Amino acid sequence: MAKSHFKAGSALQRSHWGHFILLLFVIVVCVFPFYWMVTTSFKEQAAILSSTPQFIFRPTLDNYITADQKFNIGACLLNSLIVALSTTALSLILGTPAAYAIARFEFKAKKDLWFWFISNRMISPIVVALPFFLLARQFKLLDTQLVLILIYLTFNVPIVVWICTDQFRNIPKELDEAATLEGYNSFGIFWRIALPLAVPGIAVSAIFSFIFSWNELLYALVLTRTNAKTAPVVATSFLSGYETPWGQIMATGTLVALPVIIFSIIVSRQLVRGLTMGAVK
Amino acid sequence: MNANKPRKTYSTGAFFFVAPAVVVLLAVGIFPLLFAVGVSFHQFLLPKVHWSGNFLGVWPIYDAPISWFDNYIAIFQDDSFRDALTRTFLFLVINLPLELVLGLGIALLLHQQGNEFLRKFCRVALVVPMATTFAVVGLTGRLLFDGNYGVLNYILSLVFHSRPDWLADPNLAFFAISVMEVWQWTPFCALVLFSSLTMVPPEIEEAAKLETAQWWQVLWRVQLPFMLPGITAILILRTADILKLFDVVYIMTKGGPGSATELISLFVQRIGFRAFDQGVACAQAIVLLIIAIVLSRIYIRLVYKEV
Repeated sequence: MAKSHFKAGSALQRSHWGHFILLLFVIVVCVFPFYWMVTTSFKEQAAILSSTPQFIFRPTLDNYITADQKFNIGACLLNSLIVALSTTALSLILGTPAAYAIARFEFKAKKDLWFWFISNRMISPIVVALPFFLLARQFKLLDTQLVLILIYLTFNVPIVVWICTDQFRNIPKELDEAATLEGYNSFGIFWRIALPLAVPGIAVSAIFSFIFSWNELLYALVLTRTNAKTAPVVATSFLSGYETPWGQIMATGTLVALPVIIFSIIVSRQLVRGLTMGAVK
Repeated sequence: MNANKPRKTYSTGAFFFVAPAVVVLLAVGIFPLLFAVGVSFHQFLLPKVHWSGNFLGVWPIYDAPISWFDNYIAIFQDDSFRDALTRTFLFLVINLPLELVLGLGIALLLHQQGNEFLRKFCRVALVVPMATTFAVVGLTGRLLFDGNYGVLNYILSLVFHSRPDWLADPNLAFFAISVMEVWQWTPFCALVLFSSLTMVPPEIEEAAKLETAQWWQVLWRVQLPFMLPGITAILILRTADILKLFDVVYIMTKGGPGSATELISLFVQRIGFRAFDQGVACAQAIVLLIIAIVLSRIYIRLVYKEV
C-alpha cells in the first residue's frame, strides 16, 4: 500500500480511471436489459416500433391496464406468492431438522443420505414433471396450488438442508453439551438452542427457496391451466400469435420480475453469502 | 471420524429429525420416478390411454399396452435425441468457460482497491441478472434481439449497416440464447470467485505483489489455489443447471428455428406434452437422469479428491 502511494502519479491515475470505466461497464451490462424492459413497458407502441430506440418518451400506463385485463395478472401474482410462501415454510419445517441431524449426529448411511439430498439438485425437472403430471391428473390435483407446493419441495428441501447443515456445523458443540447437563433432550436442544443460533443461515435458505419457487416455470407450465397459474406462466402467453405487443409483454415481465428483483436487492448481502457459502470452503 | 464410537443417545434421535424430510422427498421425488420407469415400458400415447382406478389407492392403473424396451430402443435409433444432447453439451462447453473467464475478470475488478462506492454498487448490480425470473429473461432477450426493433440491431445497423434476424437464423439464434445465458450467470461466477479472492490472506498477497510486478503471476501462483474450490463448485452447479435449462430458451425461441436451439429439456418436454408420447418421453427422461447421476458422481469424486 505505502509503496504504491509513493509511486502515485499518472500511471496510478490512469489505472484508477480504467478501473472506474470497467466497473461502470459491468454495471451497465447487468442492469441495461432490466432498465430496457421497464422503460419499454411504459412506452406506446409507436415509440417501441420506431427504428431508433427512444430513450426519452411520454410514459403511459396503458400497457399495464391492457395486460392485466387480458391475462388477469393480479391473480397469477397472488398464486405465485401463496405457492412460494407455503413451499418455503414447508421446506424449512422439513429441512432444518434434517440438516441439524446431519450436522450433529452420527448415524448409518449419513453420507449416502447427504449425497441423495444434494443430488436432487442435479435432477432435471422434466424427469419429475412427466410422471407428476400423470399422477396429478389421476388424483385430480392438476391446476391446484397444492400440487405446485408439493413438487417445489423436490428442489427446496435440498437447498434448506445444504445451507443449514453448514450453519449448524458452525455452532459450537459445547453449547449442546451444556444444554444436556441442563436436562434438555435432543429436540429441546434443537428447538431452544440450535435453531435460534442458526437464524442467519435459515434466512438465507428461505430467501433462496422463495426466489427459486417464484421464478419456476417448467412445473407450473405443465401442471397448471387457469386457476393455479403462476406469474412466470403468463410470460408464455405471448408465444403464439403473429403480432407482438411489446409494451404489454414488457409490462407483464416487469410485474413478474420486479417484486423479486427488488426483494433480492434488499437482501443482496444474504443472497451473495448463500451463493458463495457452499462454494468457497 | 467418530464412526467407530457412535453416541447411542444421539443416533436414535437422528431418525426422528431426518424421517420427515426423507418421507416427503420419497413421496414427491422417488415415487413419481418409479412411476416414470413403469410408464417408460409402455406404449403410452396420452390421448389413447384410459385410467381404471388405483392399486391400494396409490398406484394408478392404466390400460396402455406394455412394450418392454421398445421406447428405449427407439431413443437410440432416433438421431434427434442424440442431437439434442450434443447441442446441450455444445452449449455447455461454449458458455461455461466464457462465464468463468468473464467472471474472473469481474472478480478481479471487484478485488482491486479504489472506487469504493462503485465497487459496492457493482456487487448489488450483479444480483439483478440472477434474480430476474428466467421466463422474463427470455422475453427481454426476444426484445433485445428483435430483428426490426431490437436495440442490438440498432447498434449493428449504425456500425455495419446490417440488421440480421437473430431468432430466425439457426446459428444466430444459438448465439442469442448463449448471450442471455452468459449475461445471466457470469455474475454468479464473479461473486463466487470474488469471495474466494477475499479468502487470500492479505499479507501473502502483498508479499507476492512486492515480489513480482506481473499481476498474472500473482493470480496464477497465489490467488488461483484459493479459487479452486469455488471453480469446482461453479462447474458442478452450472453443468447441472445447463442440463436442466428450459425457461429462458423456451420463451426466447421455443427450441426453434427448426430444432437449432432445442436443448435436451425442451426436446423431452416437446415429446411428452406436444407430441403426447409419454412412454418415449419418460424413457428419455430416465436416460437423462442416468446421465445426470453419472456426471454428478464423477464431479463429486473430483471434488472430494480436491478437499
